[in-house]
Amino acid sequence: MAELVKVGMADYKVGCAPASLISYGLGSCVGIALFDPVAKIGGLSHIMLPDSSSAKSVENPAKFADSAIPLMVADIIRLGGIRTRIWAKIAGGAQMFAFANTMEIMRIGDRNTEAVLSILAQLNIPLRGRDTGGNYGRTVELNLEKGIFRIKTIAKGEKEL
Amino acid sequence: MSEDILHLSAMQLDALREVGNIGAGNAATALSQIINHKIDMTVPRVAILPLGEVPDVVGGAETMVAGVYLKVYGLAPGSILFLLPYSSAFSLVDMLMGRQQGETKILSAIDESALMEIGNILAGSYLNALSHFTQLTLLPSIPALSVDMAGALLSVMLIQLGQVGDHALVIETEFSTETNDVKGHFFLIPDPGSLGTILTAIGVRS
Repeated sequence: MAELVKVGMADYKVGCAPASLISYGLGSCVGIALFDPVAKIGGLSHIMLPDSSSAKSVENPAKFADSAIPLMVADIIRLGGIRTRIWAKIAGGAQMFAFANTMEIMRIGDRNTEAVLSILAQLNIPLRGRDTGGNYGRTVELNLEKGIFRIKTIAKGEKEL
Repeated sequence: MSEDILHLSAMQLDALREVGNIGAGNAATALSQIINHKIDMTVPRVAILPLGEVPDVVGGAETMVAGVYLKVYGLAPGSILFLLPYSSAFSLVDMLMGRQQGETKILSAIDESALMEIGNILAGSYLNALSHFTQLTLLPSIPALSVDMAGALLSVMLIQLGQVGDHALVIETEFSTETNDVKGHFFLIPDPGSLGTILTAIGVRS
């Protein structure tokens, strides 16, 4: 059976076929799958926050969209991926609790998604699929053999990007 | 210091455990009166955990739970989350609505509102006890409910902590009825700046 590598919150992992990378229970966090389909090398990142420059602690760059994505790209290239072949699929960025007066922190899912899209655009990485927003949690799994990004939810079933 | 929670003394941790004990004791009494069942309560766990490991406390990030979330306002702001395994949420609703055990299979809008009210009452009694003990005014926000994966619900609290550090100070108590039909976890997670305020208020600031 192919290896299933778990990616925790505020972490990222890279690997190659036939392994799969999985991250459980994303809420407002965003899961970013990057994949070189020819080399079958990719990575999965589980970011919590949009921007490391406004944070008080940056000990863990994998926590932020702006610092995690470039690091993951570099690691994919180190494993033998080619920069120009890498595409992205993303999921997450939900708002789990609805409050009447939506505090800024409650919009964090949207802000995470916006930050991820803007970093991908800056790095010229094409977006091949997204499943973001809503008010439900997601488990995401990147299959490094086929490049399928599977999204499992409790309320909305499963889908593949 | 962003990560001063990593340098708490044994005495400070004990004092925080007592904070959790007083709050949760009061909340357990309230719950017991509402559902007219005896409630057992564990000694609160005070843990300093890497953010990613917090969901393991309730059985992993993908565990399906019902969660009532409230912000704590006042001199020591923070968050409260009351998490119930999905089956416990149904049992609790059965008790609250006077149904046969096992009757509730899906949560209606009224059931959801009943769960939110329970969260409200528990948080209110928890904070009330805490206010008396610490002499700090602490007030709960209106509750919000979500039924989903534990990791997704907890991430709402963890993201706020993530802005200043990589660890969470979690004061967690587990409740259960004698028959184990209803089990739940009650989390108090102080905002990063609140820890010093609480420690000063209970006289164990180093």
